Amino acid sequence: MPLNINLQQILLHWMNLAILTGGLYFLLFKPVKEFMDKRAAHYQELDRQAADKLAQAEQLRADCQAKLDQADEVIRQERLQAQQAAAQAAQEQVEQAQAQARHIITKAHAEAEQSRERALRESQKEMRELAAQAAKKLATQPGADAFDQFLELTEGGGAHEGR
Amino acid sequence: MKQHKKGLAIWLVVVVLLFIAALLAGSPGQSETVQEAMRDAVLHSTGQISLFGLITVNPGMISALLVTAILLIAAVLIRIFAIPRFKLQPGKLQLVLEEAVGLFDGMARGNSPHRNRFLGAYIFSAGAYIFIGTLFELLGIQAITVHGHPITLPAPLSDVNAAIGLGVLSYLVIVSGAVAEHGPKGVLKALKEFSLPISMSFRLFGALLSGLLVTELVYYYVSLSFVLPVVVGVLFTLLHALIQTYVLTMLVALYYGEVSEPSHKKEKLQAENA
Repeated sequence: MPLNINLQQILLHWMNLAILTGGLYFLLFKPVKEFMDKRAAHYQELDRQAADKLAQAEQLRADCQAKLDQADEVIRQERLQAQQAAAQAAQEQVEQAQAQARHIITKAHAEAEQSRERALRESQKEMRELAAQAAKKLATQPGADAFDQFLELTEGGGAHEGR
Repeated sequence: MKQHKKGLAIWLVVVVLLFIAALLAGSPGQSETVQEAMRDAVLHSTGQISLFGLITVNPGMISALLVTAILLIAAVLIRIFAIPRFKLQPGKLQLVLEEAVGLFDGMARGNSPHRNRFLGAYIFSAGAYIFIGTLFELLGIQAITVHGHPITLPAPLSDVNAAIGLGVLSYLVIVSGAVAEHGPKGVLKALKEFSLPISMSFRLFGALLSGLLVTELVYYYVSLSFVLPVVVGVLFTLLHALIQTYVLTMLVALYYGEVSEPSHKKEKLQAENA
């Protein structure tokens, strides 16, 4: 045949290629590919696990955030209540203080009134006593002008009182 | 420093002396002309080798068997010693193996998304065969012809029978993909690419043979046997080993994917059933 083409040798080459293809497939291609697939599956599994953990962490974060929000709300309400209670207590104290102040003022007014009345009474009493003494002296000294004696007694009595 | 200069001078003298000696000695291969040497490299009419004493074959056949043996022995050793020790974080050898398998598997998946299991295995072995087979000629392994002359074993695919064998087998693999997907009607689908086996076979044969002929030509003349073979023998061989591996595997994957693509009717039916 032209170019020394030989069917027998072509068939031998086919046989050689068939052996090579089968051999390389079972000895090299398949095991290496299986290993690569297994590794890819392994990393996919790791990836999946990481994604799961990430989702769990996200869920946990959301839960924590919800709890924090809830706690913030509770704190806000507590603060509001405390503020209200404090305001109420302050109001009560102010009212109490005002009542006490009113009471003190009333009492002070009453005491002042009493003191004034007592002073008035005492001075009236003193004046009556002085008048009685003067009248008594006038009655006992008949030579003198009664009005002048009264005045002298009154002035002398005032000096005596001042001493 | 002085010692370095002395060593360099000795090395240069030795090189020049060897060059002169080679020129003076002349070529022992004057028994055949350059035309005869090249014709023999193509046709192997005089360079036949006995295969186990049963039949005489072209040297390319012996090369093919040796390449297969080398690949299979390496595969067995890797299977026994390397693969069981594979780790999640790969070492150097593991990385090379995974890269090779991943390259051809990815090529099969990319070009034939519907059916690629067998295709990946086939282009992996075809790629390994072409690449290692092309680099095999660099080893310069000697054999004895039936006439008793020594001969350097060439790349398997520089033998036209090996190239036709691989080209036609690749075409049959493509046809098998069409048949597996479409049944007997798939043959018709693959037959429209009837020129494929010829183009694939002779592309391989031409590429490998051109390398062989250039190498033969270079080594025929002693004066060309210095420095030049480094470029011609090693760099060119590496380059066309890579190119031919890529071209054949890519073509097979591409055509396989094309002929094994599910028909629109089938896809429609599947979609309706789903």
